[in-house]
Amino acid sequence: MKQLLSGNEAIALGAWEAGVRYASAYPGTPSTEILEALAQYAGIVAEWASNEKVALDAAAGAAFGGARALAAMKHVGVNVAADSLMSLSYTGVRGGFVLVSADDPGAFSSQNEQDNRHYARFGKFPCLEPSDSEEARQFTRLAFDLSEQFECPVMLRSTTRLSHSKSPVDVTMPEGARELEPLPPFERRPDRYVIIPAIARRRHPEIEQRLLDVAAWGETAPVNRIEWGDRSVGIVTCGMAYQYARELFPGYSILKIGLVHPLPLQMIRDFAAQVDRLVIAEELDPIIEEQVRAMGIDCIGKDVFPLVGEFTLANVRAAALKAGLPVAAPDVAEVEAEPPALDVPPRPPALCPGCPHRAFFFTISRWQNKAIFSGDIGCYSMGVLPPFEAMDMLVSMGASIGMAHGVKQAGAQETPIAIIGDSTFFHSGLAPLANAVYNQSEIVVAVLDNRITAMTGGQEHPGTGITLQGAEGQRIEIAPIARAMGIEHVWEVDAWNLKAVRDTLRKAMEVKGGPSVVVVKGACVFTPYFQRRPVAAVDTEKCIACGSCFRVGCPAILKSDEIYATNGKHKSRIDPLLCTGCTVCMQVCPTQAIYQTGGE
Amino acid sequence: MDKVNFLFVGVGGQGTLTASDIAAQVGIDVGLDAKKSEVHGFAQRGGVVESHVRWAPQVGSPTAEKGTVDYLISFELLEAARWVDWLRPGGTVIVNTQQIAPMSVTVGDKTYPAPAPILEALAGRAGRVVTLDGLALATEAGTARAVNTVILGALSALLDTPAGVWEEAIVRRVPPKYTDVNRVAFQLGRAAVG
Repeated sequence: MKQLLSGNEAIALGAWEAGVRYASAYPGTPSTEILEALAQYAGIVAEWASNEKVALDAAAGAAFGGARALAAMKHVGVNVAADSLMSLSYTGVRGGFVLVSADDPGAFSSQNEQDNRHYARFGKFPCLEPSDSEEARQFTRLAFDLSEQFECPVMLRSTTRLSHSKSPVDVTMPEGARELEPLPPFERRPDRYVIIPAIARRRHPEIEQRLLDVAAWGETAPVNRIEWGDRSVGIVTCGMAYQYARELFPGYSILKIGLVHPLPLQMIRDFAAQVDRLVIAEELDPIIEEQVRAMGIDCIGKDVFPLVGEFTLANVRAAALKAGLPVAAPDVAEVEAEPPALDVPPRPPALCPGCPHRAFFFTISRWQNKAIFSGDIGCYSMGVLPPFEAMDMLVSMGASIGMAHGVKQAGAQETPIAIIGDSTFFHSGLAPLANAVYNQSEIVVAVLDNRITAMTGGQEHPGTGITLQGAEGQRIEIAPIARAMGIEHVWEVDAWNLKAVRDTLRKAMEVKGGPSVVVVKGACVFTPYFQRRPVAAVDTEKCIACGSCFRVGCPAILKSDEIYATNGKHKSRIDPLLCTGCTVCMQVCPTQAIYQTGGE
Repeated sequence: MDKVNFLFVGVGGQGTLTASDIAAQVGIDVGLDAKKSEVHGFAQRGGVVESHVRWAPQVGSPTAEKGTVDYLISFELLEAARWVDWLRPGGTVIVNTQQIAPMSVTVGDKTYPAPAPILEALAGRAGRVVTLDGLALATEAGTARAVNTVILGALSALLDTPAGVWEEAIVRRVPPKYTDVNRVAFQLGRAAVG
């Protein structure tokens, strides 16, 4: 039976069919739905970890114990997990271990476009890359088999386009799937799994040999295949780029690579010898191309195809035309993009109506001259956008606290405010907070605690106490952690109480001798804890069109058609369908023109 | 009708992605290959949402090329104008006339264009522009949340596919207690296409 599944859902299905017992992840676009889908299957323990390294370590432990295990993360999450990953390649595994890396060409929701195929080369382990959902299912199963056959971690690389596209998948339950024996007694292998220097030195040549063995396997494995056609052009491609190549070069020969590391070099050499012009079509970095060129084979590659950004039919076509390749015409006569007849205003993302981050950003946006805003990864990254424009640096998960610390220690006159969410705090905020206490930096750490991992669509975390599979456990509160670290000045404040937020932050900025912590508490509007209140409305008699309410950046506050005669500006009005009654706009209105209505 | 490219666009929270899921499923149900691909940015609500659906005997890329979209289905008036150059000349636009002001208008100095020039711009590219008051029709059907079903009803009326296949695909996706409301919304959407 065929069903439309996203790449992520198909990876989950493949893992389940392969008999995975344990899976762990930290949410991150575009990988998040893998664990959400896996959590729905019976007989699997699927967990949110506090960060990607913990997820990878937990899956590694499960694999040392003989279980098939999976860790999933976005591309930059692999950076967090890389310390263990590099050495896990040396230890090897007993049960199949699959790391899913979901890369983001185009940086739709990421801070960079790193190509994680490099990790497979760097760590000397195999990497598979599927081209549609059906392959995502099959390659995930294959990844577990390969991991056990060669006793090594295997990376499955996805991209945003694969993870978030749906295509038909055969969901018929394969025979023999999920027939699991109880886990055998733990088999001690300190000669492998305790990677002290003596063992690392012994293992290294074995890792090199393993890579050669995998490469030899790949030369004949069906995961790499040639689709012969017209041999005047031969295209070597992998992942989503295969789909564009197949569509734009119908009838020409294609070598589709599924095992993207180690490459089937002999197969490529033979293919190259049989075609007139060799083309390498790969998204992001020239990883295949460099290895092809290293064999002394000339090819068309990144000299024409984009090095940056996501491949599309349009940019691959344009590149191919430039290189004089026989590219298929589009379905209809190509039309030069007509200049838009209209000035279409952009629609930038914004904090949702009712968002608990609004009063905080409204407050600090006024302090450009006395504070430095050290940001972090989350919905609150949008603090950089108008109308707030209150973010001066943002690099990676948990970096806000370390960067705030460093700029202060270097002698900054302004007070750094580290802005970090609750989930990000548990991910990697604890260590830099300890560092700030230890080194006594006068920084303010503002933890925007909205009781969810919001930006990725609402995942639980240690601060919510609810597990991925719905068990209710211990909630870890943030303020007591800060106090336990010896921080004297720790406040909790209601996120929608503008005056309390402002007064508390002011006090925090006065603290001398070490860091202070302000936990801004207010649940995300998408959580069940968020409390809607009667919607607000504008009394147009009282409104003086001063624009104060527009500066809270709420999508529910609109320009009214009514003009205030004195200044000739638009009065405001509130969309009752969008308003949640959070009252922040009421608190900023100087004439009390915004009032709470009687009903919802 | 062996190859069709659809582009569903709207504003986060409008149900655009569910509608495109259903359209992809219908492609499978009528015996074609189908793929769907979405980009929904990092805003939960309020950002631009785009979702491609392609039907063909065999679909390669899950996204169509700019200028090759046969049906542009916009859940919001301004978004239709933003994406209209993706439409192939002479293609069809279905546009829900609901207007949602972006932050660049409410906070910034941009202006939301008047409906007439927007519709003019659409007509300059499209062979046919179908306008709908999706919210009014959904409310008439019984719930404001059925706007996407109304829009799918309109789309189904323009395609050479059995209405029943669409209706069943919709019913499979909505909670059972909303089945009847959605059937009504679907028919109202179909009837809205003259």
